[in-house]
Amino acid sequence: MINIFKRSKTIALGTDEFLDKVDLGILTLKKGIGNYIDGNSTEFEHSLKSIVKLETEADAIQRKVENDFYLHALMPNYASDIMNLIEKVDDIIDQARDILSEFDVEKPGIPDEVKKDYLELASLSAHAAESVVSATRTFFISPDDVKDKIQKVLFYQRETGVYSNNLKRKVFQELSELRLSEKIHLRYFALHIERISDNAKTVAHLLSSLVIKIKM
Amino acid sequence: MFLFLSSGLFLGWTLGANDASNVFGSAVGSKMIRFKQAAIIASIFVVLGAVLQGSGGAETLRELGSVDAVGGAFTVALAAGVAIFWMTKAALPVSTSQAIVGAIIGWNFFSGHSTDYNSLVKIVITWISGPILGGIFAMLIYLLLKQILKRTKIHLFKLDAYIKYGLLFVGAFGAYSLGANNIANVIGVFIPSAPNLLVDFGFFTLDGVQLLFLLGGISIASGILTYSRQVMMTVGNSLMKLNAETAIVVVFAHSLVLFIFSSQGLSNFFVNIGLPAIPLVPVSSSQAIVGAILGIGTLKGFRNIQVDVVGKIFAGWVVTPILAGLIAFFALFFMSNVFNLKVSQNPSKYVKGDVVVSQTPDIPQANTKIIESISQTSEEINRVEIYKPAVIILLILLAGIIMYQFYMIHKFKEKDKLDLHQDYLERYDEQQKNLENELKIASKANLELEKEIEERDKEQKKIALNIIRKNEILAKLKSEIDRIKTRPEENLKYADLNTLRVLIQENLNIEHEQRSFEKYIRELNENFFKNLELKYPGLTENEKKLCSLLRLKLTSKEIASILNITPKSVEVNRSRLRKKLHIKKDEKLTKMIRKL
Repeated sequence: MINIFKRSKTIALGTDEFLDKVDLGILTLKKGIGNYIDGNSTEFEHSLKSIVKLETEADAIQRKVENDFYLHALMPNYASDIMNLIEKVDDIIDQARDILSEFDVEKPGIPDEVKKDYLELASLSAHAAESVVSATRTFFISPDDVKDKIQKVLFYQRETGVYSNNLKRKVFQELSELRLSEKIHLRYFALHIERISDNAKTVAHLLSSLVIKIKM
Repeated sequence: MFLFLSSGLFLGWTLGANDASNVFGSAVGSKMIRFKQAAIIASIFVVLGAVLQGSGGAETLRELGSVDAVGGAFTVALAAGVAIFWMTKAALPVSTSQAIVGAIIGWNFFSGHSTDYNSLVKIVITWISGPILGGIFAMLIYLLLKQILKRTKIHLFKLDAYIKYGLLFVGAFGAYSLGANNIANVIGVFIPSAPNLLVDFGFFTLDGVQLLFLLGGISIASGILTYSRQVMMTVGNSLMKLNAETAIVVVFAHSLVLFIFSSQGLSNFFVNIGLPAIPLVPVSSSQAIVGAILGIGTLKGFRNIQVDVVGKIFAGWVVTPILAGLIAFFALFFMSNVFNLKVSQNPSKYVKGDVVVSQTPDIPQANTKIIESISQTSEEINRVEIYKPAVIILLILLAGIIMYQFYMIHKFKEKDKLDLHQDYLERYDEQQKNLENELKIASKANLELEKEIEERDKEQKKIALNIIRKNEILAKLKSEIDRIKTRPEENLKYADLNTLRVLIQENLNIEHEQRSFEKYIRELNENFFKNLELKYPGLTENEKKLCSLLRLKLTSKEIASILNITPKSVEVNRSRLRKKLHIKKDEKLTKMIRKL
């Protein structure tokens, strides 16, 4: 019982560290996509390695936090919800790693006309993810303030959706010189980038329900 | 006395089993605190509350009706217990406080004592104000806690740790207040029949009344330890399914209500500052809790407010005392008429053979009599010194506990050792299995390698034999030519020439085959040559070749044939090689070369 403060402090630090990794992962994704589009293959390789490392570290922390959480019966009423939340946040960095890995494996040819659009799409999607990480941090310290942060996430998610649609329309309707397979390939990558913001939205909804539960 | 006290102790047991869930139900039900921890803390503090602060409520109950015969006290407590049992069975909310008050009034009616309506009004007002105060306290504490949490911004995980401690502290306070306030329900009616004792424990002394409180407290504690777990897991949790923060507030508010209505010190303080004295009355723990929940519900926009619960509380205030009073009346009638049990010092018109002197007894006189009986002079009190036997028993107990602890430590150590040993054994078995597997794989690979070497040896020998055979052909050719040379020229025939041609044709391939053989030998013995050069750098090419052939276990004759030299030359070369390789006389050259 005496060690409970020490334990809760360690778990809190672990959660913070985990969110730091996810935050860095999102930034690395944005940088990695930028490097790929600009053709900086060495830099891109570096980003890919970084994101793989960050993802592995985030997974390890997540497992430790989860283990400590159940082992020391921390917040028994909300333990499963909080673990679910952390898992969904982890999905964001997993998805980010997958995207960079797919860029590396499939090497999609991005025409100059849409390069800027892909960069903007990545930026919007990353904004949604960054906002949800920030909202998760706020949830642990001040659950009452989560609502405002969630609005930001939902805004960026919507914007990402709209931008992605415009980009796909541009690819299919304006870039007539591309073959259908190339267009589908480009759409596939737009979808993947967009999915980061979708994951952020899932986390945002989880946060909303958790706040209601805790404040009940 | 103990036999009569049994009904009171049973009442205490039910109180502990039911009301502990009001204090720790939420914490245990939500697994924030382990039941064992909660039960131990609750038991200790209930006893402390009962002994240290339990007299206030008991005094008020005595004012309402002083049950002056132990048989009467037994019946009154029993009637309250039966009323509680019936109402619980009928799923109606019931409070021990209300049941005991009803039973006392029933005794008053039976024994002809008049009920002190001032006390009754005081008690009823307290019942009503208990839940209301609980609600008000809950609202105030909740608002305060919310403000503190908003300002401090504590991490949720740290907050969880604080809440766990908070629930323990508040629970301990709640248990103390429960003991202090509700002990009167359990033991209050027996106080006028308390034995004239002063028990010396060495460090402190307890009089007869305090002993009764101690026994009552222990009975509540036994209810907590033996039966409250189920109630905490079911009723306790369903009564207030609140989050941890709200649970602290609710339990704290409830504890404050119980504390206020049992604290003589607080009441005196109020009087000293010019405020009216706080009535010290046993109040319902459950109703105080419900009041606190309703208070928080009001704050949250009337959430959690269930009108039927409020209705049931009202019903409880009326139904429980009436039912308990009726049961008490009939039970007293039964006890006094059937068992001839003395249920009152005053003669009752309902008891056969009793002559009623006055229908309206002088209440102050009766009260004075009882007060006198409680505060008897020291000369009349039997002083019991249990200091020495208690110390001896405690020492024996302590020794027993220490021995048991040592035994347990030893047992755990042994178990740990055994586990460790088992673990080592398992690991050893696993390692052995792995090694065996590796050994199997290695021996299999060795077998395959040996097979391969054998095949290669055979192949080398085959080539060597081929060379030998071809050298023999050359020798044959030579002898044939020699034979032809001896014949006169005119006798030369085409057949002779053809024989020679065939022999030469065969000979043409010999050089090539020998070279390919040497190349093959070199490739095959690449490591061997490397080792040889490394160990004996001064060897010539021919000596190296000889070594490689010796390695194939070829005889001198066979080597001679391969190298196209005489067997004697091979022997000479062998002896030179022995010298160069510094081989002792008793050592075999072939064996040594094969070792390389």
